[in-house]
Amino acid sequence: MKEKEKLLEIKHLHKDYGNGPVLKDVSLNVHKGEVVVIIGPSGCGKSTLLRCINGLEQIQSGKILLDGEVITENKTKWSEVRQKIGMVFQSYDLFPHMTVTDNILLGPTKVQGRDKKEAEAEAERILERIGLLDKKNAFPRQLSGGQKQRVAIVRALIMKPEIMLFDEVTAALDPEMVREVLDVMLELAKSGSTMMIVTHEMQFARAVADRIVFLDGGEILETDTPEKFFTRPKTDRAKRFLNTFSFHMERERGGKAI
Amino acid sequence: MQDLGIRVLFMGNNFIRLLKGLGVALKISLTAVILSVVLGILLGMVMTLKNPVTKCITKIYLESMRIMPQLVLLFLVYFGLTKSFGINLSGEISAVIVFTLWGTAEMGDLVRGALISIPGHQYESGAAIGLTKLQIYRYIIIPQTLQRLTPLAINLTTRMIKTTSLIVLIGVVEVLKVAQQIIEANRYTVPDSALWIYGTIFFLYFIVCWPISTMAGWLEKKWKN
Repeated sequence: MKEKEKLLEIKHLHKDYGNGPVLKDVSLNVHKGEVVVIIGPSGCGKSTLLRCINGLEQIQSGKILLDGEVITENKTKWSEVRQKIGMVFQSYDLFPHMTVTDNILLGPTKVQGRDKKEAEAEAERILERIGLLDKKNAFPRQLSGGQKQRVAIVRALIMKPEIMLFDEVTAALDPEMVREVLDVMLELAKSGSTMMIVTHEMQFARAVADRIVFLDGGEILETDTPEKFFTRPKTDRAKRFLNTFSFHMERERGGKAI
Repeated sequence: MQDLGIRVLFMGNNFIRLLKGLGVALKISLTAVILSVVLGILLGMVMTLKNPVTKCITKIYLESMRIMPQLVLLFLVYFGLTKSFGINLSGEISAVIVFTLWGTAEMGDLVRGALISIPGHQYESGAAIGLTKLQIYRYIIIPQTLQRLTPLAINLTTRMIKTTSLIVLIGVVEVLKVAQQIIEANRYTVPDSALWIYGTIFFLYFIVCWPISTMAGWLEKKWKN
């Protein structure tokens, strides 16, 4: 890991919406090809952290570097930076007035000025890989939640971003749709993409992550490999947090004891 | 009652006169519609501003236009302005002014509603793929706003066309006035002409408004997200 080059560096990031700090002195590096999963209780600042990286939120102090260049300055050309940072949101955020193909091609053709035919061919290749080629002319309203999220991932991917941010992309999905979206993300991770994922799916986090970052109250409390974090968390706060996900097992054990 | 009153319609150039009267009504309402759409879009954008002053002024304007019956507004502009300020406007101009004032208020509210109904994440996901602000509006926000707006604006158009029948009361010779003239002229020869003439007007309005309403419904269905 030490040999790998740093792709994203977050240094002493402070974020405040005006009623108390949301992120306090957050520092984090993400290396090329690394999958970082950020977990923590609701309202701990996970989503805000991702949104800061993408310039959707103003930060109060600290800085963020992408490829060694500071991207948190006033003169930052976000339109350019965002081409290198793909982001997928929790809400089904496809453009409802466009077909699947048009949704995917908007970025490549209008932002990157790529040839439409060439971009369309690539879009079809990716759609085929995730099993949605037959939906290429469908409108978002004709898709299930899971299908929409997969298209949203394709829409971000086709820009060939250097890093992908996933903000609780399965949180609004019906349980049976979650898997198909997570599978696409696992596939991406395997193919060497650099990713930052905010999720509440603990088993998925364990499977996909190279590193777990545990965030609480706007601070990074723990950073560790998934193995260590899920089996031997260092802080009490992380232990308590993980316990909230394992009530089934405890109940079974309790039952046996009685 | 051997001969039907419908023959009045074909006496002289009565039917042509009715159509011309309808033409006057349509000319007034369509002029007002076009002005209302342009001004309403501007008003709607102003109404989405968070400025308390513009908020208050536009709110008062919108509510007063809605609360006041169009007829009162017509009388106010046509008779009131003349009596109090000596401004002499023709019936047609007064009608265009009144229907534009009213239409702008209604249209402005529709535009405001369409604009604020676009969820924030549409702006954000546009930004996330690197679109500039202008591109976000051009490719994402405006098309969606238009989709939501068009059926509503079309419905407003039919409402305005129908409401123009009030302008007979400020002496504009439009389709209803022509009808009254024809009925009066034939009072003794064809006593039951009223049914036929007004019945014809019913169908004339129907022929004009029904396709417009149908189109609105069709667009609404087509664009349903």
